This record gives sequence, structure tokens and C-alpha cells, in this order.
Amino acid sequence: MRTLEQTTQEILHLAAKQFKVADESLKASDDFYKKLGIDSLQALDLLSRLENHFHIELPDYEVQGVSDFKTLAERIQARL
Amino acid sequence: MLDLKKLSSIGEALRGALETWPREVCLIESDRGEEKQLLTYRDFKERALPLAKTMQEFSFSAGDRASIIMTNQSKWLISAYAIFYTGGTLVPLDFKLQPHQQWELLKHSGASVLITEYPIWRQLSSAPGRAEATNVKTVLVTEAPPNADLAGARRWEEAKGKGEPVFVRRERQDLACVVYSSGTGGTPKGCMMTHENYLEQCVALTAWYPFWPGVRYLSILPTNHAIDFMVGFLGPFTCGAAVVHLRTLRPEYVREAFAKYQINYVSLVPVVLKNLQKGLQARFDDLPASKRKAFEVLRKINIALTKSSPRLPISRRLLGQVHDAFGGKLEAIIVGGAFTEPQTLQFFYDLGIPVANGYGLTEAGTAVTVNDLKPFRADTVGKPLPGMEVRIANPDEKGIGQVVVRSKTVMVGYLNEPEMTAEAIVDGWLMTGDMGRFDSTGHLQLFGRKKNMIVTEEGKNVYPEEVEQAFEGLEVKEFCVFAANFLWPSRSMVEEKLVLVVHLEPGQAFTGQLRSEIAARNNRLLHYKRIHGIVLYQEDFPLTASLKIIRNALAERLGKLDREQAILPI
Repeated sequence: MRTLEQTTQEILHLAAKQFKVADESLKASDDFYKKLGIDSLQALDLLSRLENHFHIELPDYEVQGVSDFKTLAERIQARL
Repeated sequence: MLDLKKLSSIGEALRGALETWPREVCLIESDRGEEKQLLTYRDFKERALPLAKTMQEFSFSAGDRASIIMTNQSKWLISAYAIFYTGGTLVPLDFKLQPHQQWELLKHSGASVLITEYPIWRQLSSAPGRAEATNVKTVLVTEAPPNADLAGARRWEEAKGKGEPVFVRRERQDLACVVYSSGTGGTPKGCMMTHENYLEQCVALTAWYPFWPGVRYLSILPTNHAIDFMVGFLGPFTCGAAVVHLRTLRPEYVREAFAKYQINYVSLVPVVLKNLQKGLQARFDDLPASKRKAFEVLRKINIALTKSSPRLPISRRLLGQVHDAFGGKLEAIIVGGAFTEPQTLQFFYDLGIPVANGYGLTEAGTAVTVNDLKPFRADTVGKPLPGMEVRIANPDEKGIGQVVVRSKTVMVGYLNEPEMTAEAIVDGWLMTGDMGRFDSTGHLQLFGRKKNMIVTEEGKNVYPEEVEQAFEGLEVKEFCVFAANFLWPSRSMVEEKLVLVVHLEPGQAFTGQLRSEIAARNNRLLHYKRIHGIVLYQEDFPLTASLKIIRNALAERLGKLDREQAILPI
């Protein structure tokens, strides 16, 4: 079982890879819309990738209003 | 299509549809590629009437208000029909709002019944604001797990009253819906819409973009939004067509749904359309040189053949692969909620996919103008729909002035706000606050806004007053939020931004700490509500006797500053 810290790091890594930025440029407290310069549709793309990676399903309501990696990691962790 | 001119209410129209097409499919619900539900109009009726009966058992009657806070799904539409059947007024609220904002609007609307989904209720039931919304007496919750704590709510699935409910007749001028055209924070703008508003809008829209039995509409925009409520519910239902709901809105499931359900119409906001454009362009760019060349030739042939009007069968043959990606049956993409850039519209039209762009606002009953595609004009927002009187008030030398609208689709006014209503509707004309002009062929072109607000590419209306709360208590003398284009009219409808105007205390410096504080508060706002710059202003803000900022006077002063120099990055 992953720790929350591990989950967070994996999310940051996947996000960095998907949006082609350096791993070290992202941190848990970052707002992913702002930091990655993405819109809501691209955020949904990221969610799909995270679902595949963690083998979970994240219902839309779970991620409603979430815009930072830390909260996203907590929501994912709760489903692992 | 039903003859809506002869009908008096939405309830009557929907009842007519259920009687006329009992065997036609009206709703399909899919989740992650798996079909969960397929309902005919008869099935729909069988689910809605027991709910209507239960509502009547707890004395819900003519003119009472019931709110729906749900994601796009079949129970949204079933519940709405039950509300209209019992003569109620529907208050559709945005499920994406924060719970305390939802309570604020529930209280403002005077709704006595709330119908919502369990995950939403879980957050809502413990959120601040519930105690004040004493008007909400009954809460029905869908899809609650077996042992869930319902926090005083009742299960929607158990609301199955026995026996036939009484159909309550409403007149055309009676209130059908209270629709909030913006979020909260400032004064809630609850547009009071009559049954006539909707019936007339439905007639106007379907005159140009008809539905018929067998047509499938993919519902992606939230149903509480005026566009989906009209083209994802009333339009298809009054024509015997079907609506497809996806419970998980992810790009891969949306793509799959187009082909699986042979979608004919879909409504999108500009940001999604632009993304689709980017994705398609990337695929074209990746084609090997020879294929790309062949594709460009076919695209040019298509452009030549569709110059005067769309020719879908030909376009589908010429550019089959592109059309197959959309299921091969797409008649048009309806785009709305915000301004769409002409190049995006043209991109799709050149591929033989008509995009029905237009211009509208909740206050006008959804759409005012729509592109009639005869011929397609990407640089305009189309022509006035049948029944809409649209004119340009006080045009300047270039013919640009405020767009004003008069039609049977225009709202009665804002709930509990007579002054705001009097400002919005003058002598029967709706003052849209948008600037435009008609070209020589009668197409409307837009040139920015006269009002202090922005509409994001995701179709969200954001009023600066809503955003100011986030900066309450900021340690400066005074502050105010404005739409940058309101201060410095740009004649543009794209990339609209908000700015925070700050007046520091005498001798106070604009420190890094203050900037960080502003940035931190800004980040707590939903992403589309954030400010994009700071304007430092050194004079006192003009105030009313009750110490409220006189925004227009302040805006006039700020407008004299140089935009480029005045806006500091956040």
C-alpha cells in the first residue's frame, strides 16, 4: 500500500510527463490549472490517466472543485 | 413536433410528448462506456408520475418552488417533469457551486423542495447556510447507499406515490423557472422565466435546427444551464427525440459515445470546441506528407462545395475519417455560453461539420441569434431567430451600439429585485449590455461589453462583485474588482480578464508580502474566477453616502490610465 507521500509523488510525476514539464518544477501545493496552464478539459484528461495508473475510478463528484495536487492526492489515496 | 403555439405550459408540452411517442427512446444513460439505462417516453412517464404523486402527498402545489441540484442524468429530467406536472416552479441550480453558495441560492429562491444526488447532499447537508434556508422543507436524495445517513432527507427512489397524480394546469404567463444567471457573492440574479418564454424559444430554435424521432442529442453542458435545458431537454422531448447522458464526462467516453450512439447534435462551450480543434489539427499534422497532401485537397474540395450551405452527405464522403470520429451522423455542433473565435468555427465548417454558433443570454430565454448556415458566416453570431426583435441602441458612427432585444422569450425580471429589473428591461426591451452591430446581410457582430462582467471560454458568467469577497479584510485602504475590458473597452469578446484595483494606505508600500497575500487568496478561488492582474490606484475611490463604491465613476477614472502599464502581474 502506497503512502500519501508516494501517491503525491506519482501524481506529480505523471502530470509532469503528460504536460511536458520538469518533475522538479511541480510541488504538492501547486494549483494544477495555473501551474500547468491547463483548462478543465485537459484536467479531465489527467484524471483519466491517473485512474489508469492507480487502477481506480474517480467519480466526477469526488474531484469537483479540486485544483491542487495535494487534495487530488488525498482523494485518490482514499480510494486505493 | 408538437404544436407548441397551442399549448400553455411546459408541463402540458411534456405530457403531450409522452402521449405522442410512447415507444420512442427518450433517454439513454451511460457510465464509463457501459449503458446503464434506456428509457422510452412510456418508461419516463412511469417513473415521473409516482414522484409527482408523492410530491402532491406532501402538499406541493401550483406555484410552489422545487430546486434540482444534480449532474446530467435521467433523474434530473424525470424530476423536472414531476415538478411541472404538479404545477411547480423549477429552480435549477449549478451542481458545481460550493455548498454554502447553493444554500444561499436555495434560500433566495424560496424553494420548499430540493431534489439532489447523495454525493452532493453529503456535502450540502453539513455545510453552513442550511439553518438559514428554512424554506427548504423536503429533500429528496437519489442514489443513496443502503445504510447511508440521509441527514433528514428522503430517498428519491422510494418516492413512489400510489395512484394517479392530478395534472395541474398552468398558464403561459405563470412562472416556470427561476434561473440564476450568475453565481453568488453579489446580488443573486434569479431570472424569472415563464412557460411562454420557454415554449416560444423552443419554437424559434427548432424552426432552424429541428429534432425528430430517432435523433440523438448528447448532453454535456450542465442541464441547469439554459442551453442544455432547452436543447438537451425541451427541444428533443417536444420533437420525440432522445437525449444521451454520460455519468462520467471524460474525453475518452465522450469520443466513444459519438460513435456508439450515432449522435446527431451536441452542445459545447468554446473551450471544448477549441480543444477538439487542437486535437484534430495535431492528428492532421502527424499525417505522412502524401496523405496530408491528399487530405488538404479533399478539404479544399469540401470548402468549394459547401460555400453557400452545408452538404453533409458530400462532406461525409469526402472526409469520411473525420466524420467517423464523430460517429458519422453529426448534423451540427451547437456552441454557446460564451463567444467563439471565428477561426475555430471556420476550422470545423471547412471539414464539413457545421457549428451552430449564436448569441444569447439567460435573461432572453437562451438564444437570440443563431448562425443559419445560409451561408455560414464565422465572423458573426448569426441572425435573429424567428420572433426576436433585435436592434442596436445609440449606434456610433460605425454602427456599433448596445444590443437590445424584445421578444416573448425575454424574462419577466429578476426575483425580488425590482430595481435591477427596471435597469435590465426598459420599455419592454432587454438591455443586454453587449455591444454589436448588424452587417449589410443582417448578421449580428459583437464588439465587447458595456457591462462589468466577464464570460469565460467555459461559458461561466463571472461578476466582479462575486470575486471581491475573497479579498475581504485585505490590509489596504480599499479595493475593487473590475473586468479589464470594462475599464478599457477592447471591442473583443475573447480572453476576458478580471483585475483587482488596490488603493494603499498613505505611506503604505506594495510589498512582496502583500502581493503574496493577494496571490494566496486568489488561488483559493475557483480557477475561472481568478483575477489576472493588480492595478495600483493612488486616489480615493468615489463613494455613495452609504459608503458603497460608485463603480461606474471609478471605472471612468481608471479607464484614463494606460492599460498596459496599469496592470501589474499577480
